[in-house]
Amino acid sequence: MTADDRFVYQAPETDEEYGVRSEIITGPVADWATDFSHLEPEWSADPYPIQDDLRQRCPIAHTERFGGGWLPTRYEDVAAIAYDTERFSSRAIIMGNWRPPSDIAPIGGSPPISSDPPFHQHARKLLLGAFTKTAISRQEPATRAFCHELIDKFEGRDVVDAAAEYAQHIPMRVIADMLGFPPEDGPQFREFVESVLEGINLPPEDRIERMERLFNYLLVQVNDHLDHPRDDITSYLIGAEIFGQKLTADHVTGAMALLLIAGIDTTWSAIGSSLWHLARTPADRERLAAEPGLVPTAMEEFLRAYAPVTMARLVKEDMHWHGVDMKADDWILLSFPAANRDPAQFDRAGEVVIDRQVNRHAAFGLGIHRCLGSHLARMELRVALEVWLERIGEFTLADPDAVRWSAGQIRGPRALPLRLAASG
Amino acid sequence: MKVQIDPERCQGHGRCYDLAPSLFGDDEEGYGQVLGDGMVSPEQEREARLAVVNCPEHAIEVI
Repeated sequence: MTADDRFVYQAPETDEEYGVRSEIITGPVADWATDFSHLEPEWSADPYPIQDDLRQRCPIAHTERFGGGWLPTRYEDVAAIAYDTERFSSRAIIMGNWRPPSDIAPIGGSPPISSDPPFHQHARKLLLGAFTKTAISRQEPATRAFCHELIDKFEGRDVVDAAAEYAQHIPMRVIADMLGFPPEDGPQFREFVESVLEGINLPPEDRIERMERLFNYLLVQVNDHLDHPRDDITSYLIGAEIFGQKLTADHVTGAMALLLIAGIDTTWSAIGSSLWHLARTPADRERLAAEPGLVPTAMEEFLRAYAPVTMARLVKEDMHWHGVDMKADDWILLSFPAANRDPAQFDRAGEVVIDRQVNRHAAFGLGIHRCLGSHLARMELRVALEVWLERIGEFTLADPDAVRWSAGQIRGPRALPLRLAASG
Repeated sequence: MKVQIDPERCQGHGRCYDLAPSLFGDDEEGYGQVLGDGMVSPEQEREARLAVVNCPEHAIEVI
């Protein structure tokens, strides 16, 4: 094996050392229409009444926090922004107190999610084949066996944490297998996920140190794959080419970071929210247990009503847009959850209807950035629910006050104590 | 009745081949493809309509 000088070990330069920082503003929100923050506890606990209120009276909220940003709440506006890659850039997709330098576009720090046209399609094309429904179906037997293993560990217990002891582990294991990372590194993945997605309001030096830890880990994995190439996505990315050229080291590790982070938190949240709903809605739980064939339909409704993922964009140029004056580099908090509860788009938008037949939800986004891992997420969510319902007869919230939700753009339960009436 | 996919709109969500697997399949990149000539038999009409109304990108047309 010849050395690959793209990945010579060095203290990584993270993009966070460049770009523009804004003042960190935290604390209670005065008015959600003019001062919103997706990082305050009220939003984490229950964002839907806030979004519903804004949709009626606003409908595009503003904030001076994070250096300025906008929150559209109608489906129509969210869709228009998702489709408009001319006016809205993906060069940053996590709304916080740091904007990457504009010359990072059109590639961005974690292609293809951070990429704009025309580069985007090339970075995306590299990965599509590994994430088709057909390719993902090969992961299903191992995923199902792993879900059973997790439930085997509940034997003899009345109360389990379905977020920490079940939902979390399923996407971690599957993505570790696909990337070819050691399965026992799961606890580190959790730390990386929290660093990137929840540590938004930490001081810059803490953010930089945490990002360095993630990229150091990825470089170790890359080097292990250079020494021992194998049939997984990491070895594939190391060998992949765009325009006849090998990818840069930043592209390889950026894409790995994307798959690791985006593959874990999101599905962990979707599984957790679905179990949370079923634990507090006995009629739905009983119906799904009796009709497992309804799981694929019901899970689309859970994805609509409890969509875990909110994206972000940056406004490219000053403009008047749908009634508001946006400035270059203003954030857009692109809330697919808010779009999914817009009564103009969905009948009974605020209700969970587990046999909803018409469900054109946007949980996986719209347009060119449609979630690359949507087929993986759907397989994991379906299998996780099928195995849980098959193995656990009745379950309820052990203590509704002990349920804790994640902060930031990915929303799902991080503590979910459930009381099991009977497990097998 | 016949179905077709607008490739300019399709983003590979896969709702069509999930909901109407007798009419749609995925290509090697996950984009939806009409199987055969796209003609919908009376027994397939319900599936076809489900695919149409659940495509997030409005990419499926019935002609």
